[in-house]
Amino acid sequence: MPFACIFVPNFPVAAIFRAEPELRAHAVAIFEGAPPLEKIFSVNESAARLGISPGMTKAQAELCSELTLRPRSLLQESAAHAALLDCAQSFSPCVEDAAADTAILDLAGMECLFGTLPEIAGNLLHCAAELGLDGNVAVASNPDAAVLAARGFPGVTVIPSGKEAECLGPLPVEVLCAGQSEEEQKTEPPKATQFLETLDRWGVRNLHALAALPEVALSERLGHEGLRWQQLARGSASRTLVPVEAPAIFEESIELEFPIVLLEPLAFLLNSLLDKICARLAARALNTQEIRLTLELEKFSSFHQQSGINNQQFSSPLAIGNRKSEISSIRFQRTLRLPLPMLDPKLFLKLLQLDLNAHPPGAPILKIHLAAEPARPRSSQGGLFLPPSPEPEKMELTLARIARLVGDSRVGSLELLDTHRAEGFRMRRFVAASQTGSKKISGEENSTLAALRMFRPPLRANVTLENGELARVACTKRKEVNGSVLWKAGPWRSSGDWWEREAWARDEWDIALQNTDDVALYRLVHDLLGGGWFVEGAYD
Amino acid sequence: MSSAVFSTSAAQGRPFVFEDEDAAVCPKPLQPSGAELFGEARLPQRVIGTNFAGAETFKDSRLANVTPASRLGVRPAPEMVSSGIAAMDALTRGLPRGCLTEICGPVSSGRTTLLLSALAAATRRGEFCAVVDASDALDPHSVTAAGIDLDRLLWVRCGESLPLTENRHAEKSLEQLLRATDLLLESGGFGLIALDLGDLPPQAARRIPLTTWFRFRRAVEHTPTVLLTLERQSIAGSCSSLLIKLASQAHLRKQTIDSQTPVPTHVQLLTGLEITAEIVRSRMDRKPVSSAEITFVSKTAWAG
Repeated sequence: MPFACIFVPNFPVAAIFRAEPELRAHAVAIFEGAPPLEKIFSVNESAARLGISPGMTKAQAELCSELTLRPRSLLQESAAHAALLDCAQSFSPCVEDAAADTAILDLAGMECLFGTLPEIAGNLLHCAAELGLDGNVAVASNPDAAVLAARGFPGVTVIPSGKEAECLGPLPVEVLCAGQSEEEQKTEPPKATQFLETLDRWGVRNLHALAALPEVALSERLGHEGLRWQQLARGSASRTLVPVEAPAIFEESIELEFPIVLLEPLAFLLNSLLDKICARLAARALNTQEIRLTLELEKFSSFHQQSGINNQQFSSPLAIGNRKSEISSIRFQRTLRLPLPMLDPKLFLKLLQLDLNAHPPGAPILKIHLAAEPARPRSSQGGLFLPPSPEPEKMELTLARIARLVGDSRVGSLELLDTHRAEGFRMRRFVAASQTGSKKISGEENSTLAALRMFRPPLRANVTLENGELARVACTKRKEVNGSVLWKAGPWRSSGDWWEREAWARDEWDIALQNTDDVALYRLVHDLLGGGWFVEGAYD
Repeated sequence: MSSAVFSTSAAQGRPFVFEDEDAAVCPKPLQPSGAELFGEARLPQRVIGTNFAGAETFKDSRLANVTPASRLGVRPAPEMVSSGIAAMDALTRGLPRGCLTEICGPVSSGRTTLLLSALAAATRRGEFCAVVDASDALDPHSVTAAGIDLDRLLWVRCGESLPLTENRHAEKSLEQLLRATDLLLESGGFGLIALDLGDLPPQAARRIPLTTWFRFRRAVEHTPTVLLTLERQSIAGSCSSLLIKLASQAHLRKQTIDSQTPVPTHVQLLTGLEITAEIVRSRMDRKPVSSAEITFVSKTAWAG
């Protein structure tokens, strides 16, 4: 039964590289600790070549001018770890979360789906690279051998069954304790370090030498743990995988060293975050229907003192946000709800940009947090003879742009409300999804119904009555709605909502007005509660 | 492939495609001739020098490439779809896809009735439709009564909730309408897009530059979209492929407008409109359009 292991070397550095890919070509060191006692925690190869090593103080590292220093970011590490699990989950449902930088997956039965084992290993490496992680992939017949190979050999390693000891032999014995958790490393004195010192005194430098030691003698000297190390070195350790179900949480964050005050640089950062989230969703064959953007902002008072911000872009007050007096930042949240599951980072970015243009955060941004709610991809069957319909992704962007022009509540589909009130409707979101089933509509085919054109708001009219009957109607706002009443029908009385504050009662008339040129038909309304006359619309 | 060359015949009022476009579409022979392989054939014959005879030769060679009018190909007629009114379909053969159709007429001439019928027919075909409403005049109850599938209708309400008599509101509304139409045409996928300019004063509607209508016509060309405009007077000029002018007379029950006999108003009823439609211009037919008229009756929802 084959197993694969994905291992990301220098994981804290890799997490930073994932967030800032432009640093890959630089010498980077990660430090942690409270100032002024910060110490170097992890370095990449370029930094190691410059003589920087973990354990140095930050002040010592700063002497190297070519070195880029970054604080350790647990947020980035957790996001990178989630991406690693997503990568593994995209190939196998049985995944063990061995460590923050290591994931093991069961490849039983995967060969008929994804090809031969070397192909699977290559695709795993490619998938991890797409998710921003440069790792090593190893395939072996047992999980521990796969882990040791992934930690010891760069790139892709495929160990044939039965040749584990031969393949793992050249690896140094230090690889056996490379996967220890931080808690294990903090125990005093570390057991693994003692073992390594003992093996070093014996002249055992690699796994081949360890595997060749007599079992009984080794057991007498190092106990059960020594035997386990030897089994690992021989590649014969056997255990069952402990599968975990990776949580469907797709979140990415960026903490900024300096606050952002313009929307354009924010768009660059959002673009990279959206790319990462969409890559993770794609790896799990998911789409999203809701994107939540949370921005941590500087406090408003300090913002005005410190930055000469563009007031056009950040002029709105901080209405949306949880203000906490003791914290010097506030939160600004926007939620993008999509009518259908989608997965297009460029579309999401455009929609977020349009939304932020309409609702600017109002203060410099310190931290960006983006979360996507996963949803199953929509499935629709196209057909040659189906009528054309707008592409949902394109339509969503078009609607957002039109909403920016005319207002959010002035574009969409109609929905009639269960009321006899004059404007008894509301606007709802227009969804351009092809419906396979034809909907039964109440209207008859080829029956021509006279339509009404509404005047919004209704035109206030001066009505002249002669002998208690309508004689003349004049509107000051529209000169063409002005003339003597040629014909009238009505009144038809209606009322409603009398139990509420917005009660209404009115008399409706259909009238024909003689204008200067011709005759026009209008609906005239007498508001019985307010007492005014209004021309509500024209029959057309 | 060379771009199509159009010529609008003043007499017949319709575009033609030169035959050289067809030649450009024809695939090249797979086996090149020997002369072609050696680079001897198809070399451009340049005229070097400025003598009169050479210039004449050049001119003759240019003229030789021009297709005579007698051999011009006819552009394929656009697909026509039902307007939802049988009498109107009999008059115009329907509404053309990929073209601009204008419906003009005064207030109460039946423009909105025709628009809603066309929308209902389109949604019955399963198409998505959009109404870009310059004056926020669409009545939801009329829309429902006309049988339009509300899920397939996008309504863009331009302008503020203010009367459009003031010029600045009309301008703002018009600007929104044009930009929204541009976006919808760019998005594509709609079976019918209607621009409702019916309540705009003609002088405001005439401010739309002719280039905008050309742009709309080009955007909708070669698409299955019917672009429809409602207005008081024709404003798109030669950009519209079909121009229908409407007029109407109120169709009343129990009483006529001219009657002077006093009848109680509550026994009278507006039952509909008697609409007269006339084709003012059509670029669908080869022959010039003669003045054709039809009359049909629309009934109100309560007329039974």
